[in-house]
Amino acid sequence: MQMKSHFELFGLPRAFAVEADALERSYREIQSRVHPDRFAHAGDAERRASLQWTTRVNEAYRILKDPVQRARHLLELHGVDVAFETNTAMPAEFLTQQMELRESLEEAVEARNSGNLDTLRKDLGKAREALERQIGHAIDTKKDYAGAAGLVRKLQFLDKLDTEIDAAYETIE
Amino acid sequence: MALLQISEPGMSPPLHQARLAVGIDLGTTNSLVATVRSGVPVALPDAHGRPLLPSIVRYLPGGRAEVGYAAQARQAEDPKNTIVSVKRFMGRGVKDAAHAENSPYDFVDAPGMLQIRTVAGVKSPVEVSADILRVLRERAELSLQGTLAGAVITVPAYFDDAQRQATKDAGRLAGLNVLRLLNEPTAAAIAYGLENAAEGIYAVYDLGGGTFDISILKLSKGVFEVVATSGDSMLGGDDFDQRVFCWAVEQAKLPPLSARDMRRLLVKAREAKEHLTLHGEAPLTAKLSTGDVVDLALDTETFCSITQTLVQKTLGPVRKALRDAGLGVEDIKGVVMVGGATRMPQIQRAVGELFRRDPLNNLDPDKVVALGAAMQANVLAGNKPQGEDWLLLDVIPLSLGIETMGGLTEKIIPRNTTIPAGRAQEFTTFKDGQTGMGIHVVQGERELVSDCRSLARFELKGIPPMAAGAARVRVSFQVDADGLLSVSAKESTSGAEASVTVKPSYGLADADVERMLRDSFEHARDDMHARALAEQRVDGQRLIEATWSALAVDEKLLSADERAVIAKAVASLEKLLPGTDHRAIKQAVEALNRATEDFAARRMDEGIKRALAGRKIGSL
Repeated sequence: MQMKSHFELFGLPRAFAVEADALERSYREIQSRVHPDRFAHAGDAERRASLQWTTRVNEAYRILKDPVQRARHLLELHGVDVAFETNTAMPAEFLTQQMELRESLEEAVEARNSGNLDTLRKDLGKAREALERQIGHAIDTKKDYAGAAGLVRKLQFLDKLDTEIDAAYETIE
Repeated sequence: MALLQISEPGMSPPLHQARLAVGIDLGTTNSLVATVRSGVPVALPDAHGRPLLPSIVRYLPGGRAEVGYAAQARQAEDPKNTIVSVKRFMGRGVKDAAHAENSPYDFVDAPGMLQIRTVAGVKSPVEVSADILRVLRERAELSLQGTLAGAVITVPAYFDDAQRQATKDAGRLAGLNVLRLLNEPTAAAIAYGLENAAEGIYAVYDLGGGTFDISILKLSKGVFEVVATSGDSMLGGDDFDQRVFCWAVEQAKLPPLSARDMRRLLVKAREAKEHLTLHGEAPLTAKLSTGDVVDLALDTETFCSITQTLVQKTLGPVRKALRDAGLGVEDIKGVVMVGGATRMPQIQRAVGELFRRDPLNNLDPDKVVALGAAMQANVLAGNKPQGEDWLLLDVIPLSLGIETMGGLTEKIIPRNTTIPAGRAQEFTTFKDGQTGMGIHVVQGERELVSDCRSLARFELKGIPPMAAGAARVRVSFQVDADGLLSVSAKESTSGAEASVTVKPSYGLADADVERMLRDSFEHARDDMHARALAEQRVDGQRLIEATWSALAVDEKLLSADERAVIAKAVASLEKLLPGTDHRAIKQAVEALNRATEDFAARRMDEGIKRALAGRKIGSL
């Protein structure tokens, strides 16, 4: 069965704003019909088809749940490549801000201060939410896909910092 | 006649007897088998009424083996040939095996996985585990009076690909149709969740004899979803015994011990540990073959202080799992305690402090995993009607990736990805005219390949000569519902494809498994042909029933001609089933599988359409 986008797979409109409950319900509804556990006693052919579908559904769900991946997929559908790998140019102001955040991260690790990491994570969470709102506005309202791509790259930066905070907690522990 | 019946729309598929299915907890210290009887999961006891089977195998001259209590009773007498805690060696090399220096065994370093030299020959951990599983299979078949249609075997959630594959091989070797490898904390969550109608986010803290798992699950009606898992596959109750053992050696100022004395003292150390669960002090006395007498008393305070680092070692993975799940302790509704080692009061205390709530101990920590596995086996065997079953969504515990330039790891499927999972990534050649590309598959979280576990190496050959960077090699990872990986690579720019698929196998090739299977049947004086025939019949019957019920529901997806082809394949298989030629049955099964391939794909598409249609109606 051909599906043009991950949104169609779950019967959702192509939009950055996704109703999390609707996505989850749809995901579970589909999984309850195609999951390998339903076919453990079936023949090879059905088990193979089930494995393929479940893999595809899991991957689509992962992409739609994650704001960066969801935006990237959506922009691709509109013919815009986010180009994480090749386009690393960022506004100077944003980069300075990132440098500062990373410095405070390093300081927190050196001081073995998990309280500071908590604060950092909270601030990062707020910054991410603000960016996600902007992305939603750019894609869903203004249809400014090229502009949205720049915002998505910023969000990707913040996600990386989030991973580094995880690593920092582990170092401290 | 049957085929005429099923062509009637609205007819229900033919009724069948419940298929015999069991759940097996293959533990480090004890193993057990359970099944669902009249809707209730029960552990199946041995002839003496004992549900637990000590996971101990003693090899005797001539190739015979004693398993369980008999082996346990003789372990100090014959330590070299009596294998305890073999689970710790599954999928591991000699240098990975913790305490190898304290082990009495005669290790043989084999590629991929260590082996142990015994009086009955060199044994792989897979064979030792199969000997344990075989006893449980025979116990179940005797008790249920029939050939098992399938078994669910549990594994620690933190087991890597090598350890999982080894466990599945052991199941096959023991003559089991392994329906699924199920993560132990997930099995416990099924048993706990269904028994208590639990909803919300729960943590399962599972400290067994040799492994530690922490899983965070979201339970809601009919769905068990693992959000994150972490652990340590080399940490368990055994390590607490070791600490007590070392303490005793130091206190009693003992000289280096013989293998027998070592085992004798270890057994005493374990007894002292268990005694401390209910008492403030435990005697630790032993008479050694050297004439040395150990006469010590271990109090709770000392025990806690010598094992404190072990308790702490479990808390790191707990915090990590919470972070991976994006949750705080305040989000956790309950902490389910599993595994015999959670009986230790200091564990209960530490977990209670971390989660700021009393842990849940209302399940038998020794049995809950097997009971959950039995419930899942019952579902997988198709014994539960749709609507009464549940959906289980589990994850891989460790990231999977490949080695890139400079010995670095490139992650392809990150940890905590829901399985089944598949992902592909493109790589390119770095030399002009390069015609081959080595692919090294690894598992782990570290940046450097040397810090991760190596799963497989293979080479993609036959890439057409091109300029550096022009070739496009697509490496695809597929993880199935057991958490097992297969990898394929393909170069496709030139149209001339080079492709290879590997399943990491850790020194046990399929041919090895076949050979061991043959040997084991000879030893057991089992009739291999009769067994193969019984298995093929079960398999054939299963496939016919599955095809019938598929046709009953979705016959409209087929043209009359297509239906006739399937009907013919069913008929030829049905005709062969009562016969005695297991190879012919196997061929007919394969033919029916081929005949239903398109039908299966269409049914799956239809399922998704119905799911979406249901959603739309539901949301109106």
